[in-house]
Amino acid sequence: MLTTFWSWWVILLTLTNLVLICWVLFANKKVAVSDDDDPENETTGHEYDGIQEYDNPLPKWWFQMFVITLVFGAIYFVMYPALGNWKGVLGWTSVGQWEAEMEKANVKYSETFGQYKDMKIEDIAADPKAMKIGTRLFANNCAVCHGADGGGNVGFPNLTDKDWLYGGTPAEIEMSITHGRNGAMPPWGDVIGEDGVVAVAEYVLKMSGQEHDAAKLEKGMQVYNTTCVACHGPDGTGNKMLGAPNLTDSIWLYEGTGEGIRHSVRAGRANVMPAQADKLREDKIRMLTAYVYSLSQD
Amino acid sequence: MSSNLATAGEQPAYNYDIVRKFAVMTVVWGVVGMTVGVLIASQLAWPQLNDIMQPFSHFGRLRPLHTNAVIFAFGGCALFATSYYVVQRTCQATLFGGFLVPFTFWGWQLVILLAAITLPLGMTSSKEYAELEWPIDILITLVWVSYGIVFFGTIIKRKTSHIYVANWFFGAFILTVAILHVVNSAAIPVTLTKSYSAYAGAMDAMIQWWYGHNAVGFFLTAGFLGIMYYFVPKQAERPVYSYRLSIIHFWALISLYIWAGPHHLHYTALPDWTQGVGMVMSLILLAPSWGGMINGIMTLSGAWHKLRTDPTLRFLVVSLSFYGMSTFEGPMMSIKTVNALSHYTDWTVGHVHSGALGWVAMVSIGALYHLIPALLGRKEMWSVKLVNLHFWMATIGTVLYIASMWVNGIMQGLMWRAFNADGTLTYSFVESVEASYPGHYVRVLGGAIFLGGMLFMAYNTYRTFQAESDNAAAAQPQSA
Repeated sequence: MLTTFWSWWVILLTLTNLVLICWVLFANKKVAVSDDDDPENETTGHEYDGIQEYDNPLPKWWFQMFVITLVFGAIYFVMYPALGNWKGVLGWTSVGQWEAEMEKANVKYSETFGQYKDMKIEDIAADPKAMKIGTRLFANNCAVCHGADGGGNVGFPNLTDKDWLYGGTPAEIEMSITHGRNGAMPPWGDVIGEDGVVAVAEYVLKMSGQEHDAAKLEKGMQVYNTTCVACHGPDGTGNKMLGAPNLTDSIWLYEGTGEGIRHSVRAGRANVMPAQADKLREDKIRMLTAYVYSLSQD
Repeated sequence: MSSNLATAGEQPAYNYDIVRKFAVMTVVWGVVGMTVGVLIASQLAWPQLNDIMQPFSHFGRLRPLHTNAVIFAFGGCALFATSYYVVQRTCQATLFGGFLVPFTFWGWQLVILLAAITLPLGMTSSKEYAELEWPIDILITLVWVSYGIVFFGTIIKRKTSHIYVANWFFGAFILTVAILHVVNSAAIPVTLTKSYSAYAGAMDAMIQWWYGHNAVGFFLTAGFLGIMYYFVPKQAERPVYSYRLSIIHFWALISLYIWAGPHHLHYTALPDWTQGVGMVMSLILLAPSWGGMINGIMTLSGAWHKLRTDPTLRFLVVSLSFYGMSTFEGPMMSIKTVNALSHYTDWTVGHVHSGALGWVAMVSIGALYHLIPALLGRKEMWSVKLVNLHFWMATIGTVLYIASMWVNGIMQGLMWRAFNADGTLTYSFVESVEASYPGHYVRVLGGAIFLGGMLFMAYNTYRTFQAESDNAAAAQPQSA
């Protein structure tokens, strides 16, 4: 809201401008009787570098068009908010328009989603019509990060395999979508030193069954058991309460090579799944839960 | 009718050297700016072209280079050349300002050069059409104030009793662009190449588009209407159609344009009343804009037959037709409900180019084809046939460009708002990108044809100057 002074300032400036334009228009009004009037009449008598000027009357259609737009403007100013704090007779606001459209959409689409309200997630996942809706919801809301097929990307988990950071039951998936997840791997470079980084990476390589430098394993295990074990567990299978990945399989959220692992240990990783509770309604989240659940079912 | 040529006698010795310099650079920057345009259009059609020399060749860095080069280098030089020519001849006075006159030329070229260096390096204020960083902004201000002193100084020492209408428009353009530039570029410097806008949030956006739309309204419209008001009656050798029409449309145009900026920010965080007043003023702009088109085109009444033989006049008249078309399209697109469909799509890009190629470039090209021979004391360009070829290439190129962008824009707008029965979006964004490829190919083609015409112009200009220096050389022994 503008203060009273600025509101009136805007109103006066706007109207003064338009009144002056009307004055210029009507003061110079000498409209042609018909549009085909012969333009050959007197010049103004000025001459500039050989250029002379006629003083032909205004084309009638042009004058009328000008007046029509001015009248339209006047009507708009009365009906809609366009003059300072004046709200307009219709009471229209852009927020109001949006809310009305959303309300209409909610009513319209709640019928579509209503039929799945009391179904179990597992049953929705088996319903072909529901999964068609789920596919579209996924394409609109999730595909940007997780890929159109849910296959994930570096830093964005694959949703089609049976490996889950935070658990793959319907309830766990719904939790992840509704409230989001924050995965934080702290940077260890300054704590364990570069020697420690290199050694523990070799140990992780061994856990996941990859080629490694056996000479560094002993130190690597020491580092692992003091710094990594709390989250990734003694056997390296991770912890779904924290979203700590399983290090013993061949599935990697980030690069699983020696260099990739050293980078993760040294600099840490921060992963965010944004909460959808405020963006999508509950019935859409249920539909998405069922769809994501269905991706890893054969 | 008096001759185009500057003849000795009662006329003072006009300063044509500066006009010649700016005229030649108009052609040069036209070719450069449009080449970058074709390159970035190609990058949208073939994205791997972004990788020529990353990150300098990336679309995000070359796009502002293109807009700066065509608006301020090509358009700016055309405005300097024509306004310096017109103000002298219609005031019957040589340019005022002494050393300030060459300073405007060298200063402006330095601005362009610095833009061509800093923009690919990624130095940007991130304000559209005002991307240059603060030290360059200060240089622009100095050049522009000098321009104003030269122009208005010349007006003051005029020998004619009245000020010709072309000079009203040039004057309004110079004055308003100075205000727009200084206000919008206000920033707090951090380092030599980095600054932050003096404004924040919605106010920053509003000031940016108050500037942005009036860069269109004053730089690309009022200034070029000044060109139109001299070169159309001159080339047609007919009196201007209506003096009273020029009074009305001048005052209405310059006072209404200032309000139109908010239509770039429909359905955003801008207050509703600001969007409303922007839309209303944009709609009322239709008649004043068309006043200029009517005054130009009707000036030809009694001389229509000249269009058959004179490609220069054709450039000028077709530019007015494109002007009329895009100034009809503009007010329509400013209506909120239309804007809800057109905003953020290729339609906007098409609208800009129907103005930029069809109006601004073509009226400049027409004016140059009149101006260059006149400066050299010749009757016409080296090859009128090439001028004619250029005319057709420019027209076809423009039509291909804007038609493909209309199709793309409306398609994108409809795809983005299509819903399925379950309330989900029918198309993902990338599907609308994929569907846009055919239009993007046609745009490259249209742009390339337009650029091809500019290359013919450059060659024709070179040969015209060459022919004149040959003449001078041949005349030398006789006069010695």
